[in-house]
Amino acid sequence: MDPTPATFDPVAFIGMASKFGHCGLIGAAYHANGPDWCELALPYSEALVSDADTGILASGPIFTIMDMATSISIWLKTGVFRPQATLDLRIDYLRPARPGNTVIGHGECYAVTKSVAFVRGFAHDGDPEKPIAHVAGTFFFTDS
Amino acid sequence: MEPVLSPYARTMGFETSHSADGRLTLAMPPKGKRGRPGFVHGGALAGLLETAAYAALAEALGEDDRPQLKPVNVTVTYMRGARELTTYARATIERLGRRVANIEAIAWQDDPEKPVAMAQINVMLARD
Repeated sequence: MDPTPATFDPVAFIGMASKFGHCGLIGAAYHANGPDWCELALPYSEALVSDADTGILASGPIFTIMDMATSISIWLKTGVFRPQATLDLRIDYLRPARPGNTVIGHGECYAVTKSVAFVRGFAHDGDPEKPIAHVAGTFFFTDS
Repeated sequence: MEPVLSPYARTMGFETSHSADGRLTLAMPPKGKRGRPGFVHGGALAGLLETAAYAALAEALGEDDRPQLKPVNVTVTYMRGARELTTYARATIERLGRRVANIEAIAWQDDPEKPVAMAQINVMLARD
């Protein structure tokens, strides 16, 4: 992970994170991105459910892809990779993800100050108009 | 008695134990949890905190009271970088009502007095 490339490549970054990091354990992958947003895909896995009887995905992996998608959205908005850490992240669970469905996590950076980035996002399991969760959070730049 | 963990919790390698004062503690090994280089991923810490909260809630409800637990929200505050070491977590039920439980959980590595993260978790209890 080069700390200071001139531009930020989300596909390469998520590829690295999946190879060496926590995203690999839960099977999260790059899905899409725009100038200030990023989407990750979390394919359904029985290894990630909270209850074997219902087959409903645990919230931990959903929280993880939202943390990752919102985090990447900051580097996309600013155009540079700067070291940062999550300050806080809140997730509201609107409804459970449907068993078997891939969950898409959409993260957006909507404001950046000298030291703090503000993010929001949502997750859905097929229809972006019917989200399963919303998030809001902040990150701080660890080099500021 | 140690609680039965979910498939997700087993994938994460969480282990439960009870401290001398009877409090339920979860342990998470660092393998497969890397976020930024040298540190545990915030999402893994959130998963640990939530699992500790639900395990503590199940324990507080006891064997005879099994309402359906519906997660409402979780707010995680990250306080220190969590290095790639075993991370521990335990939860306190701040209020257990008929319909709502408010839970606070902390995660730490060396010293519970120096948490790496904390979470506030609200859960609806659905009884038929």
